[in-house]
Amino acid sequence: MGLDIRWPIGVMFTLIGVLLIGFGAVNSADSQRLGMNINLIWGVVLLVFGALMLLGAVRGKKTPPPA
Amino acid sequence: MLVYVLKGGLTSAIYTEVLQFFMIVLGFAPVVYLALKDVGGWSAMTDKLHAVAQNPMALDLNTKSFAPDAWTSAWKPLLGGYDANPMGVNVFAVVFGLGFVLSFGYWCTNFLVVQRAMAAKNMTAARNTPIVAAIPKMLFPALVILPGMLAVALTAMPDKNYRIPPPIIAPEAYTQAVDAVKNANPADAAAGVKAVGDALGKKVNGEKIKVNAEKITALIAANAATRMSDEQIKQGIYNDVAEYDYDSVIFSLVKKYCPAGLLGLALTALLASFMSGMAGNVTAFNTVWTYNLYQAFFVPNKSDEHYFWMGKFITVVGIGLSIACAYFARQYNNAMDIIQLVFGFVNAPVFATFLLGMFWKRTTSIGAFCGLFCGIAGSTVFHALTIATGNVPGVKGAYLWSILGHEVPKGLMFPSEMAQNFWLATFAFCVCFGLTLVISIATQRTKSDEQLKGLVYSLTPKIVDHNVPVWQRPAVVGTALLIACVILNFIFW
Repeated sequence: MGLDIRWPIGVMFTLIGVLLIGFGAVNSADSQRLGMNINLIWGVVLLVFGALMLLGAVRGKKTPPPA
Repeated sequence: MLVYVLKGGLTSAIYTEVLQFFMIVLGFAPVVYLALKDVGGWSAMTDKLHAVAQNPMALDLNTKSFAPDAWTSAWKPLLGGYDANPMGVNVFAVVFGLGFVLSFGYWCTNFLVVQRAMAAKNMTAARNTPIVAAIPKMLFPALVILPGMLAVALTAMPDKNYRIPPPIIAPEAYTQAVDAVKNANPADAAAGVKAVGDALGKKVNGEKIKVNAEKITALIAANAATRMSDEQIKQGIYNDVAEYDYDSVIFSLVKKYCPAGLLGLALTALLASFMSGMAGNVTAFNTVWTYNLYQAFFVPNKSDEHYFWMGKFITVVGIGLSIACAYFARQYNNAMDIIQLVFGFVNAPVFATFLLGMFWKRTTSIGAFCGLFCGIAGSTVFHALTIATGNVPGVKGAYLWSILGHEVPKGLMFPSEMAQNFWLATFAFCVCFGLTLVISIATQRTKSDEQLKGLVYSLTPKIVDHNVPVWQRPAVVGTALLIACVILNFIFW
């Protein structure tokens, strides 16, 4: 298993986060639930999560794993 | 899913399972948060559930009445005995039947779990896996139990315009029911209710769909007073069905709270939760079949390509079988009942065999085989003799009494399907354990201590963690997590 699991997780959630932020920003009226733009808020959360994963993956690549 | 498991095998299944775990958590968390906010917070939810617990009949949930904390407290309703909780179980059934037999039986012996431990890259990783997994697992009730509590609280709040979904009824049946309401005579309430019930048809298992008589009567009267549109009548009938399809609750909460965008994420999370479980079980199934049955007994000594082909073939067969099982599972109003029933049949006796085999070197193969066989036979007999109240003897149990032409004795009726499952598991475990013990003592040992080294706990050299700091040792971390679990149980006592 050569692929660091953080790569696909990071890429996937960054993409989903960007999509949700984009949709939430453009379509603010439809995204309102209980008084908040939930698409935007959760999109930001997912983007942060995906970015953290990618950060971990990049740092993992720099320090090669113990043989 | 079939394609990616066939192409990628175990590796693809494991990678996607990890991805799907994050998907599930991040897809459901906003739904749970929004539902909690809508209800008005944790204390508002518990206050509502206190009211529901004292009168569940108002929501057609249960015919008895319970103490206020029956739906919000983890241990008190259980310690109160059979009558104090809606499931009708006591401490022994839950702690031994569920907590020991069913849960240890699944998490320690199910090949799905064992296979992932075997796929770890070294012993340290394998030992740390359950410990790492325990941390999110302890917090998972927030994602799986809390939505259920919120759904009940929301159903009890009339201004939220939500109800726990009824079983899926065909649109034609609804149309006929609407006609029945329009043609009903407000003076003859009973006939009107019966007409609506007949129009709605039967459930999958042949029973009629229950409707709330008072609400239907009120609907007929309201329609007679002011002519309602077909849509309004249909909505009224929908609200008055007194049956629940609990499997649809999370889906209905997703529909209610997610705007387009988040809806896609939550639906993907739903699909992911189904898919990751299925992929994992299919990979475990094809491994066990190909290695342990096919290669070992049926067609040994063939080439690797042949067994690889068989693994792929049986994957397709396994998926076909599970699709067939889905039709059978529709008879239950929630998936947990049938899952625990199946586990009670097969996992409970297997766990007894594992337990004795791993920790007692005196276990013999004859003892293990007879014990396991009789354990599964025991659970079959138990299932054939008992049933949950309200169920028709047949697929759900007690069919032996039907064959003999008797009524099911009251003593063999359980308050709920889950109570039946817990006692079935307890019974199967005890039968297998007892018989394995007795027959092993009565038969000769065929393996010496040397041959059992590494297989039995007492004969295996213990792993000592030399180079690992104290706070990273599995034993220490495991104990800390156990303490955290106890604290969580006290918080929700």
